[in-house]
Amino acid sequence: MADKAQLQEAIKTQGEVVRKLKSEKASKEQIDEEVAKLLQLKAQLGGDEGKHVFVLKTAKGTRDYNPKQMAIREKVFSIIISCFKRHGAETIDTPVFELKETLTGKYGEDSKLIYDLKDQGGELLSLRYDLTVPFARYLALNKITNIKRYHIAKVYRRDNPAMTRGRYREFYQCDFDIAGQYDAMIPDAECLKIVYEILNELDLGDFRIKVNDRRILDGMFAVCGVPDEKFRTICSTVDKLDKMAWEDVKKEMVNEKGLSEDVADRIGEYVSMQGGQDLAERLLQDPKLSQNKQAFAGLTDMKLLFSYLELFQVTDKTSSEKVRTTETQVLVASAQKNLLEERLKLTSELWNAGIKAEVLYKKNPKLLSQLQHCEETGIPLVAILGEQELKDGVVKLRNVASREEVDVPRADLVDEIKKRTL
Amino acid sequence: MADKAQLQEAIKTQGEVVRKLKSEKASKEQIDEEVAKLLQLKAQLGGDEGKHVFVLKTAKGTRDYNPKQMAIREKVFSIIISCFKRHGAETIDTPVFELKETLTGKYGEDSKLIYDLKDQGGELLSLRYDLTVPFARYLALNKITNIKRYHIAKVYRRDNPAMTRGRYREFYQCDFDIAGQYDAMIPDAECLKIVYEILNELDLGDFRIKVNDRRILDGMFAVCGVPDEKFRTICSTVDKLDKMAWEDVKKEMVNEKGLSEDVADRIGEYVSMQGGQDLAERLLQDPKLSQNKQAFAGLTDMKLLFSYLELFQVTDKVVFDLSLARGLDYYTGVIYEAILSQTIPASVSTPAEQNGADEAGVSVGSVAGGGRYDGLVGMFDPKGRKVPCVGVSIGIERIFSIMEQKAETSSEKVRTTETQVLVASAQKNLLEERLKLTSELWNAGIKAEVLYKKNPKLLSQLQHCEETGIPLVAILGEQELKDGVVKLRNVASREEVDVPRADLVDEIKKRTL
Repeated sequence: MADKAQLQEAIKTQGEVVRKLKSEKASKEQIDEEVAKLLQLKAQLGGDEGKHVFVLKTAKGTRDYNPKQMAIREKVFSIIISCFKRHGAETIDTPVFELKETLTGKYGEDSKLIYDLKDQGGELLSLRYDLTVPFARYLALNKITNIKRYHIAKVYRRDNPAMTRGRYREFYQCDFDIAGQYDAMIPDAECLKIVYEILNELDLGDFRIKVNDRRILDGMFAVCGVPDEKFRTICSTVDKLDKMAWEDVKKEMVNEKGLSEDVADRIGEYVSMQGGQDLAERLLQDPKLSQNKQAFAGLTDMKLLFSYLELFQVTDKTSSEKVRTTETQVLVASAQKNLLEERLKLTSELWNAGIKAEVLYKKNPKLLSQLQHCEETGIPLVAILGEQELKDGVVKLRNVASREEVDVPRADLVDEIKKRTL
Repeated sequence: MADKAQLQEAIKTQGEVVRKLKSEKASKEQIDEEVAKLLQLKAQLGGDEGKHVFVLKTAKGTRDYNPKQMAIREKVFSIIISCFKRHGAETIDTPVFELKETLTGKYGEDSKLIYDLKDQGGELLSLRYDLTVPFARYLALNKITNIKRYHIAKVYRRDNPAMTRGRYREFYQCDFDIAGQYDAMIPDAECLKIVYEILNELDLGDFRIKVNDRRILDGMFAVCGVPDEKFRTICSTVDKLDKMAWEDVKKEMVNEKGLSEDVADRIGEYVSMQGGQDLAERLLQDPKLSQNKQAFAGLTDMKLLFSYLELFQVTDKVVFDLSLARGLDYYTGVIYEAILSQTIPASVSTPAEQNGADEAGVSVGSVAGGGRYDGLVGMFDPKGRKVPCVGVSIGIERIFSIMEQKAETSSEKVRTTETQVLVASAQKNLLEERLKLTSELWNAGIKAEVLYKKNPKLLSQLQHCEETGIPLVAILGEQELKDGVVKLRNVASREEVDVPRADLVDEIKKRTL
């Protein structure tokens, strides 16, 4: 018991240390250190008091989705999935963790970012890092040679927050893949059509889809004089052109990657080119590039791809709506007292008819609070019961926004609500 | 290089050892041991060969969902979510792992089933074990006092497969909870109405929802003479009445839990009682029970609950059953469990025991369970602020099993896509026209497919429709293109009609409502 009293005294003192540091705006590390000591002391108390020690936070790099965020998320998924389905895709799901060996050796340097599960005496497991390796495992396991599938699920990466501020460690990936042997470029074109449709429907403003081909890049590097063993590393330097100016990219190629200035300049001429099908045709006329087997194959396919993209056209669509977190159509309310039974009866009738309805969990709520609930959550209609209305066999149906009211015969209420909340 | 050749030789030999064991049907442990040696040898090869070593299995206790299973899953979720939304519920999502300390001390003995993440230098983490503790954490973290929320997500438990055959370690839970201080029993009644609606719409046959109340149980034990400290343990014995006969339950109470036969018999009289509002009224007349404060409060609320259930028109399937005891410690008031009436064949009931609602002792056929738990959120709040909660967990894995079984035995095909029409051609060199028409259909919101082949045979196009259940095929041909029409064929009946290009979208919509 004395130990307990001592502990409680120590906890009190340590609590003051923490409070003082916080008010002095000490560094986060210092505060965290003292808080950790405090929690340790509290944990030592054990028993019931131990249970009340609660760290109220989500794990680093993860977050909850509140109802508003879920409503937005549902809308985005709905648009995307509807597009995938329109193109005849199926969906699969895989477990959140795989055998560690399944993920080993697939991600190169990024492997250090994989979350492992503790060895608790069974198989060694890791959380999935992406959806592509599980997809490959699924195809091989089930001996599948042809499938058009989408998969929307969370993946896990132990990103270092100091390096990549704001990056989550648990985040959604939304993959669409076509597996199988087919005539060239048709499935490739459909993938681009799908991206185009999705970005249009999401109404995010103007966008561009850049296309290129690994074979064209490799061929281009070859004709410019890049040594074979430097292909991959020069590739990642060229990739930085979306973030850095050509001068800096050239500097990196010459100073860090050891290319001669001539070679870098030749690369520079090619990578500044943009266009459509015409560019592919022009490059097929380029004597050096067209002689390179890889580049030739890539450019021929690029021409073919653009011809299919021309056949696939899309139109813009726009929409905008208030973000609600529920889909309730009507609140069943009463202005007078002692009408709970009647409210519950009517609400049940509406539910049975498939109407999305709510009723306040109060025997005698004020009309004002019932209307406020509608305004706060965006419920468009309120069905108000009263003694007189019950005698007359009607329900007062009010439009929350306009405040217009009309008496609706009870038997017509369901249809009236459906009409007004299409 | 010599090393490599030696390794490859060793791999070849070890491969033969494994093959031999498998054909001799040796024990799994032996085979696994030799396979592991083989994989180790292969891994030593390193480089490219190392990469081709690919273990083709999912982790123990987990499974992929193939497209057919996903189609069933989507249908079930759609019915359930539609019901939740009809009742004005919002939804939230939480991370798959929590800080280890968040989950510590909340699950009693079951804590050993929690998956921990490896200590990789950061916070200690564990995979969520259910959706209720994350919910309580979410409420306390955001200082929320009132919410009606549903949450459908996977949870993780390291169940020992030898003990509980067929149980998955990763499985869905589907929770609906109403948190907040409200007038008594109205939200509790709405939870039951929701269970009723869902089970009806899922078309799983007849069902019953048993209700009881923790306070009535506790009061009943008190008046029967059960010592206070034995309440919880007698509770879990009574809970076994759905699986064991009364004689065996009584034996356990007397022989293992140390109750006197008299006390056991008194309990026996009560727990055999079932009824509706009438039973609650009768028990309120019971002199001993009505004197017990707990029991009196529970019975009064039970009466009130039934009066609301009558207004909600669900009393035909709800039974007040004094033997319902449910496993979890944190229930403080009404408890309930929904059970399907038809007997389920053994082949279906295996992963099925895995009802998201239960931790222990769920009867075969149980598909939902829940109750009121007023003290849980307070455990999470630093100031101990109480947020009363009532909720239900739908046993979604069990429902999946039943629906999958139904799909297998029914003649109706489960489609994995929703494609309305395949754009096809019987002649060659019409790829351009096919792609153009397909694009027009997509732009009009029609779900359409086209084969990735320049010159496919009509037969393979029709076969694709039959295999995947596409109901219509739009056939292009030179003559049709000149005439500005498209041949629209019903795949099942083979009836064909020429449709003007401009009317095609409407015609397809009409036929595939």
